Amino acid sequence: MKEINELNMPDDARYADDHEWARLEGDKVRVGLDDYAQDQLGDIVFVELPQEGDSFKKGEVFATVESVKAVCECYLPVGGKIIAVNTALEEAPELLNKSPYGDGWMAELDPAELSEMDTLMTNVKCLEKLKGAE
Amino acid sequence: MKEFLGTNGLILNEPLLWEKGKKGRSGFSLPRRDVESSPLGQGLTCEGPDLPDLSEIDVVRHYTRLSQWNFGVDTGMYPLGSCTMKYSPKTNEKQANLPGFAGAHPLLPAALSQGVLRMMFELQQYLAEITGMDATTLQPAAGAHGELAGMLLMYAFHKSRGERRSKIIVPDTAHGTNPASAALCGYSPVPVKSNDQGILSVETIAEVMDENTAGIMVTNPNTLGLYEENIHKIAEIVHAKGGIVYCDGANMNAVMGVTRMGEIGVDIIHLNLHKTFSTPHGGGGPGSGPVCVKKELEPFLPVPCVMEENGIYGLSEDFPESVGRMQAFHGNVGVMIKAYSYIRSMGPKNLKKASQLAVLNANYIKERLKGTLHLAYDRPCMHECVFSDENQTAHKIATIDMAKRLMDYGFHPPTVYFPLVVHGSIMIEPTETESKEDIDQFIEAFKAIANEAGRDPDLLRDAPQRCKVRRLDETTAARKPCLAG
Repeated sequence: MKEINELNMPDDARYADDHEWARLEGDKVRVGLDDYAQDQLGDIVFVELPQEGDSFKKGEVFATVESVKAVCECYLPVGGKIIAVNTALEEAPELLNKSPYGDGWMAELDPAELSEMDTLMTNVKCLEKLKGAE
Repeated sequence: MKEFLGTNGLILNEPLLWEKGKKGRSGFSLPRRDVESSPLGQGLTCEGPDLPDLSEIDVVRHYTRLSQWNFGVDTGMYPLGSCTMKYSPKTNEKQANLPGFAGAHPLLPAALSQGVLRMMFELQQYLAEITGMDATTLQPAAGAHGELAGMLLMYAFHKSRGERRSKIIVPDTAHGTNPASAALCGYSPVPVKSNDQGILSVETIAEVMDENTAGIMVTNPNTLGLYEENIHKIAEIVHAKGGIVYCDGANMNAVMGVTRMGEIGVDIIHLNLHKTFSTPHGGGGPGSGPVCVKKELEPFLPVPCVMEENGIYGLSEDFPESVGRMQAFHGNVGVMIKAYSYIRSMGPKNLKKASQLAVLNANYIKERLKGTLHLAYDRPCMHECVFSDENQTAHKIATIDMAKRLMDYGFHPPTVYFPLVVHGSIMIEPTETESKEDIDQFIEAFKAIANEAGRDPDLLRDAPQRCKVRRLDETTAARKPCLAG
């Protein structure tokens, strides 16, 4: 497993306490699991994604990820309506491990309240929090 | 120190029966035909099923070899937390094989089944006595089936009072199947967190319990192996709002003859006969998950119920409020006989002693391993203790590596990565049936492995090294499962 200084936490994304990331792309928000979460979970073997058109509030379960170690629920970092899901994960769940911020993205949404992005942590703050928890 | 158990023994390979068979070989001889041969009707003729042609010795060697690849509680210590892999005394098998039991058929009339019905009736009473409850159903086929039965009972109870409640409280230290059983019954599980002591706080429950909540599913002792000390107060809060307290009794092995569940506020409890009452499980046989209830819930128990009148035993369906059948027949009767045999051969005193020794053994392991492994909650435990891999992460060694390495030392690994509340958890349940010598060897093995983690971590990463098969590619197996031979 990675040390904290080995984690890849890009500065263009914001991070939730439960290690989902959210990235503003135009007026859409793309979400996924961060490097820490994928590393802790280990090899991911199954991803259950929401349907396009589903709406969730911030903090609601929108997806389930299963690894060889555990099953975990993913909480939507920003509320809104799902406009796209990464169906590639159904056939290739390992994308979540290989490229958590790129090909391993999970869903794209039309945010209900864009200001909810401001409640999330920056990469610097998220790493500080992880260091503090050590 | 004595030598560890694991060695490189000669392990024989064994092909599939189909690869082994040879056309025309046979394991039996048919008697000479003494009637005229006549052709079968057209509807009865087709290519036969693809069965391998084998001699008797082929079949005997095949299954003997497969059994030698296996590891069970008859082979060695099997400290699988939350599973109570205690030894199953052979007398249980002997009793279940008595011709009267072995030859019983569920369609025989009650008059010809008095022995088996009496056994079931008495077992119901024993289980009610052991748990401190009023009535029992033996129907559920295993633990999760018992949980579902409990949920159906809860639903029927509220329905009888003209209520429809939609939620149920499930703590993060409940057994993993609990939320699923609740959801299968149509309830929405409301997860609640345990406190920094690893148990439930009264305040947490008070916050979430309301009139739309059917009750709580609590596992006691919980999956951290800790006793829910606030259970009595929690039950009061749940009852005050009209809810029901369901206890997952999978960990009953810690408290037989010690805790009377009925007196601490539990309304429904399921038991795992295959855990607590020593019948074979984990591939060794089917389970059995009886449910014991307080009087208020008795009218809703599944039918048919085993009844006794003037020394005559029978089955009755005359319970209009019953949730119905949980089984086509009466449950896994063979398992009930073994549990009955266990309870009768132990008696009340020894059942209590079994629980006391199970708790003592777990605490002994906890104390002796707590410097080596990180102990999640440093306080007295019940029948199991939960460690984590925190002390080993500096060497980039995870729980899975230590678990696999333990196999090289001749032990079945403990439960890993469960409960989820402890990161990288290692959950050890030795049970009362292990001797101090065996437990000491297990502890020494873990210490040796922790030492290897610092000295030569690849030994662990490449483990197991001495087993029939090496580290399996669990990821590919899960991602691209091959479900046919």
